[in-house]
Amino acid sequence: MEFSNTHLDALENQSIYILREAYRKFKRLAMLWSVGKDSSVMLWLLRKAFFGHVPIPCVHVDTSYKLPEMIAFRDRLAKEWGINLIVGQNRAVLDRGETFPNGRITRVECCSFLKRDALQAIIEEKDYEAVIVGIRRDEEGTRAKERYFSPRDKNFEWNFKDQPPELWDQFKTDFDPGTHIRVHPLLHWTEVNVWEYIDRENIPVVDLYFSKHGMRYRSLGCAPCTKPVQSRARTVPEIIAELRNTKTGERSTRAQDQEAEDAFERLRASGYM
Amino acid sequence: MSTPEAKSNPGAHALRIVIVGHVDHGKSTLVGRLLHDTGSLPDGKFEQIQVVCRRRGMPFEWAFLLDALQAERDQNITIDVSQIWFRSATRSYVIIDAPGHKEFLKNMVTGAADADAALLLIAANEGVQEQSKRHAYLLSMLGVSQVIVLINKMDLVDYSESVYLRIEADYREFLAKLGIQPLRFIPIAARDGMNLTEPLNDVAKWYSGPTLLRALDELTPPDPEAEGPLRFAVQDVYRFDERRIVAGRIESGTIRVGDDIVFSPNNKTSSVASIERWNAPVRDSASAGESIGIMLTEQIFVERGHIGSLDTQTPIETNRFRARIFWMGTRPLSTGRRYTVKLLTQEVECQLVSVDRVIDATSLDTVSGLRLSVARNEVAEVTIQSRSSLVMDNHDKVAASGRFVIVDDQNVAGGGIIFGGHYVNRGRVRSTNIFWSEGTIDHQTRVERNGHRGMVVWLTGLPGSGKSTLARALETNLFNRHMQAYVLDGDNIRHGLNSNLGFSAEDRVENIRRVAEVAKLMADSGLIVITSFISPYRLDRARAREVILSADVEFIEAYVAAPLHVCEQRDPKKLYKRARAGEIKNFTGIDDPYEVPENPEITIHTDRESVKECLERLLDFLIPRLQLDVAEYEI
Repeated sequence: MEFSNTHLDALENQSIYILREAYRKFKRLAMLWSVGKDSSVMLWLLRKAFFGHVPIPCVHVDTSYKLPEMIAFRDRLAKEWGINLIVGQNRAVLDRGETFPNGRITRVECCSFLKRDALQAIIEEKDYEAVIVGIRRDEEGTRAKERYFSPRDKNFEWNFKDQPPELWDQFKTDFDPGTHIRVHPLLHWTEVNVWEYIDRENIPVVDLYFSKHGMRYRSLGCAPCTKPVQSRARTVPEIIAELRNTKTGERSTRAQDQEAEDAFERLRASGYM
Repeated sequence: MSTPEAKSNPGAHALRIVIVGHVDHGKSTLVGRLLHDTGSLPDGKFEQIQVVCRRRGMPFEWAFLLDALQAERDQNITIDVSQIWFRSATRSYVIIDAPGHKEFLKNMVTGAADADAALLLIAANEGVQEQSKRHAYLLSMLGVSQVIVLINKMDLVDYSESVYLRIEADYREFLAKLGIQPLRFIPIAARDGMNLTEPLNDVAKWYSGPTLLRALDELTPPDPEAEGPLRFAVQDVYRFDERRIVAGRIESGTIRVGDDIVFSPNNKTSSVASIERWNAPVRDSASAGESIGIMLTEQIFVERGHIGSLDTQTPIETNRFRARIFWMGTRPLSTGRRYTVKLLTQEVECQLVSVDRVIDATSLDTVSGLRLSVARNEVAEVTIQSRSSLVMDNHDKVAASGRFVIVDDQNVAGGGIIFGGHYVNRGRVRSTNIFWSEGTIDHQTRVERNGHRGMVVWLTGLPGSGKSTLARALETNLFNRHMQAYVLDGDNIRHGLNSNLGFSAEDRVENIRRVAEVAKLMADSGLIVITSFISPYRLDRARAREVILSADVEFIEAYVAAPLHVCEQRDPKKLYKRARAGEIKNFTGIDDPYEVPENPEITIHTDRESVKECLERLLDFLIPRLQLDVAEYEI
């Protein structure tokens, strides 16, 4: 069969290139595994890049409020694909009960403690130089401005006003001690691309994405802050068809984004993924 | 696996468009409006911005749709590159909204470097401005060839055809100098959505071209360079299991199982046993753009940074090259400082040898001749030397391996494209497997004692062009400056070292080869060697260059130019006369060709200037290169 360079092939080739650059450049490298569809694609791309192997640890930040199906799926895949799974959790905050579901703090503060701080703690503990994160430019305005290799300073902060130039696939891979790099191999994908690729490659995803009783999850997070949407899409092709016609934002079901005009932007600047 | 038919939009390549132009000429407004008019905005987004604008007591601002960051809303300037998807009836697009503010060059470059096409925006009421030109210049450097010019804010000039035509003529003339042929000029009024998706009709009856959206749909997606020379950039070598896989990307051309691949710079050859992919259909070839792995039949040494090619089309390998660069660093690019050049997967420490000219991107004039540094936001032609060999191509031959970035203290501070590099067919170069003894007195030690670098100044030109005169004058001048200089010419080479050689084509090649080898040794010992030979063939001069550069010695090709009739008139040795009379055969210029140098380091016109003037010109060029701060650079 004659090769034709389809859009998905181009996306895949670019992501593989980025993953191989990251693997070569950073000795202490991990992937952040959110257990969502994008993470599934990223794990798949790791296996593409490294010929069936997942040669780096995968970190899951467990807020303890994740939907139970997600944890079951995570553990199954970790076993089947031989993944070195590392689970991070902000035990102190959970023990004190200072969470949004307990009514003690806002959604944004809760995200900041249970996700951002937990991630920072594990990066410091393991001394990771770089973390691979599956964000995409089409998800949301601030993510649209990201780089493939995006530095975070000692305080975990993202200086979006002074980002390194990125051209001709030459990335910033040198940095001062104490800082780390976020690597974003899916930056150029769209939500539909992710599903098209899941379809083409038969990549497993959590069942929550598929419609049950007229509802499905479009974006997965913590149970108290993530709501399903009305949908009849029960298969991957049905999801693709649905997304082609929707005009609703992907993260519209994530309540923490809606608290203030710039809520998500502030979360990201302070080190959220 | 699903069949291709099951996918709703297989093979659709989203066209990446960068939008550039002078500050306030309406880039973000255009994007906002385009998203709205193509129905590509998420529900509620338009209303959300309406609320924000009302809350701030201002009219609806289209640019807010993109300027999602708080900081930008306050400054009303697009700080960084936004990427937004939209879809026409026929295909999808990614728009990169690049900033127009001068300080934000690096963000614009980030946006434009991987665009398939560019929209250049000019406000009709202001006309062509500084950044309209600067951005166009950068686009030409970044290799964006598909350009549409939008003349915006036509409402502010009452849709005047004469204003439109004047701007078009102005800009067309400027773009032509850059080698950019715009696909179209289109009048629009972005704020009002005029001529974006709907035609202008009544307001500008004089315009009969397409709307912006139709013009976009006419663009063709870029072809991957599958037909070009093979360049396989090695990223890594994996041994996760029993297989040893050389992983990398095909930057140009096509690789096939069974191909003999030369890996430069060390030029070991092995053939492709298999092409490796995971969970993909087996194919025995891979083309430009593909990230693959290969297994080799022989276990030769290959590592990251090596570039694989076919032995019929090998790349340039050199540690000295010329390039057109743009500089974004806070600190100027200057001689005497160390940088890292990143070219494909190669990373090599390098130094700026000279700034050959600084270019005013808005007029394309030379701002300054020889200089020692390039400031932020400047573009210039420079000569760069690297500590070890770099594998590259001229940018106009293979774009991917003809461009590089310069890293200054961890940060990508500049980018450039390579020109004027010399190709040598590696398959025809004699192998040099002679053991090279390294004494304790090294090149650097000699350079330090002499107070100048070793160098080969290779004069080439027709008989009677003035090579010998110039060579002797140069030698004397350098000698009087306490520099070690020595002329190699027919008188001291032909009668001794090369006395067994005649004037047949074969002997001429051998003559030049020996001269190059001798010049290399002498220059390595610290001398400035001035060679004065007709050396009429490009290939021979290219080989000489390679021989000499291989010893980390500077090679300056100086073309001594004078028209044939002038040389024939001078005829110092009466050789032309004899050749015309048929007494001498194969005489260069008469019945044997002289191949004019394509990219000499310097050209001296001896028919236009006196010997003294020619000498001064040559010295102006050579002295800064000879006196380079050698202590900074350990070879």
